[in-house]
Amino acid sequence: MNSKTADRIATGVFVAIAIIIISLLVGLFYFILVNGVKQISFHFLTSPSSNLVAGAGIRDQLFNSFYVLFITMIITIPLGLGGGIYMAEYAKPGKITDIIRSCVEVLASLPSIVIGMFGLLMFVTLTGWGYTILGGALALTVFNLPVMVRVSEDAIRTVPRELKEASLGLGITHWHTVKTILIPSAFPSILTGAILAAGRVFGEAAALLFTAGLSTPRLDYSNWNPFTATSPLNIFRPAETLAVHIWSVNTQGLIPDVKEVANGSAAVLVICVLIFNLLARTIGSLVYKKMTATK
Amino acid sequence: METATLEKPDAMQLVQNENILNVNNLEIYYGEKRAVNGISMDIEKNSITALIGPSGCGKSTFLRSINRMNDLIPGARAVGEIIYEDLNILSPQINVVALRKEIGMVFQKPNPFPKSIYENITHALKFSGIRKKKVLDEIVEESLRKAALWDEVKDRLHTSALSLSGGQQQRLCIARTIAMKPTVILLDEPSSALDPISNGKVEELIVELKHDYSILIVTHNMQQASRISDKTAFFLSGDLIEYDKTEKIFTNPSAAKTEEYISGRFG
Ligand SMILES: Nc1ncnc2c1ncn2[C@@H]1O[C@H](COP(=O)(O)OP(=O)(O)OP(=O)(O)O)[C@@H](O)[C@H]1O
Ligand SMILES: [Mg+2]
Repeated sequence: MNSKTADRIATGVFVAIAIIIISLLVGLFYFILVNGVKQISFHFLTSPSSNLVAGAGIRDQLFNSFYVLFITMIITIPLGLGGGIYMAEYAKPGKITDIIRSCVEVLASLPSIVIGMFGLLMFVTLTGWGYTILGGALALTVFNLPVMVRVSEDAIRTVPRELKEASLGLGITHWHTVKTILIPSAFPSILTGAILAAGRVFGEAAALLFTAGLSTPRLDYSNWNPFTATSPLNIFRPAETLAVHIWSVNTQGLIPDVKEVANGSAAVLVICVLIFNLLARTIGSLVYKKMTATK
Repeated sequence: METATLEKPDAMQLVQNENILNVNNLEIYYGEKRAVNGISMDIEKNSITALIGPSGCGKSTFLRSINRMNDLIPGARAVGEIIYEDLNILSPQINVVALRKEIGMVFQKPNPFPKSIYENITHALKFSGIRKKKVLDEIVEESLRKAALWDEVKDRLHTSALSLSGGQQQRLCIARTIAMKPTVILLDEPSSALDPISNGKVEELIVELKHDYSILIVTHNMQQASRISDKTAFFLSGDLIEYDKTEKIFTNPSAAKTEEYISGRFG
């Protein structure tokens, strides 16, 4: 077989693989969206869910998903960024660093249901909080932090060494170089990584089942005081998220329109995750352009 | 200088020969591997010293030890002395941040920060405590003028430095270094990545800078070394083979190896 034929065969195989992947993706989206989009209406998005009657909505679940995500990111981003900076810039190569790195990797590969069990033990039982948004967010942090550390470390490592040398060579301290050269240069990749991680967190159900719970108390959206029981902002209340809702209506739903609600919720979830991905792509490069071409 | 010219011509010579750096038995290791084998040389003040030699002979390693840039490389260490203003640069007690303000460096590949032209120069100034806009503006103009870049960029100081050509970027890097008012400038093949015209401009600039700074330059370009430098050091496999007046090195070298190298027979 000459190299030309080999080349042709290889190209053919890769094209075939690409086509399989794309058709899988398209098929999946088609199925979810065709079945789900017709359920989505203003009413569906803005009315509370019901355990008994048909035609209810997902207002609280949608809000909960975003709110849990928000709290998770508030905890994860500073910790993840700090860890990434430490690993990329300060950790001396050696045993301890290797151990830390292995721990991060193990943490990243833990099944999320196991993290949910751990969360139940730590943030529900041990703390005595019961099912809470904070407990859910902390469980998701365990799940998300390794990714954030990884993303930040890689982003900082890919900043050209020349830039770091330029800064240090001008008599600027290491920390100031990290702050003013490395982090800004790595920022677009960190942002992209954070948004992608957010998409993962947004769709997570298993880690939340035993931590944020399967129910939402009656919420009063005009109450913005996070320290009162009916406020949607209260972080010490149980909160069923969209992903958990899909699971729960499918397994224990008593409503007559289980299928419609599940499909509609799935479509909303997928659309949100898609938006996260698109945002990740565009915002990252936009910020990069903004930052390098100041004008 | 004024008084020197009033006395006999030799006095001038004396002033010129004052040394800025004394290197004594400098050895540099990467882990177990020795890259520089115990070299000693004195670097003259306000003159250009060229470091030449085949690839891998230790020129960059030596140059980077002078502002402790090798500290960034795990496993790199230096033994011996580099004396600057009565202090051993290699001593662990030296404040490297302060040292690098005195001994600036320009790298082979132009490496402007991904910021505006203006910010490239003010970045380090601001860190060293200069905040007044007026003072910063003045230093920016002065250093860009010195780097012969002012006329080309004065109307677009706030555009990205990455929009400049390679040669302009390298002159910006030089401007950014001289804005810190160092005494010594280290240049590691500063024009090797540039086209001939930009190269010529950078060369002119370096010769101009010698009046205010002491300059060490690594170069692979023999013509460049002979055109611009006052003294030339020839390195080979980590040894300093010959160090003398540039004129002498290029017309009548004492070592056979030097002769072979500059006539292009190896390296
Ligand atoms: N980071 C490093 N780790 C290990 N060895 C190194 C490192 N940097 C350089 N060396 C070795 O040290 C020796 C001297 O390298 P150096 O970069 O100083 O050479 P050079 O004269 O600047 O060469 P060139 O002209 O190619 O730039 C070489 O043998 C090189 O392999
Ligand atoms: Mg070199």
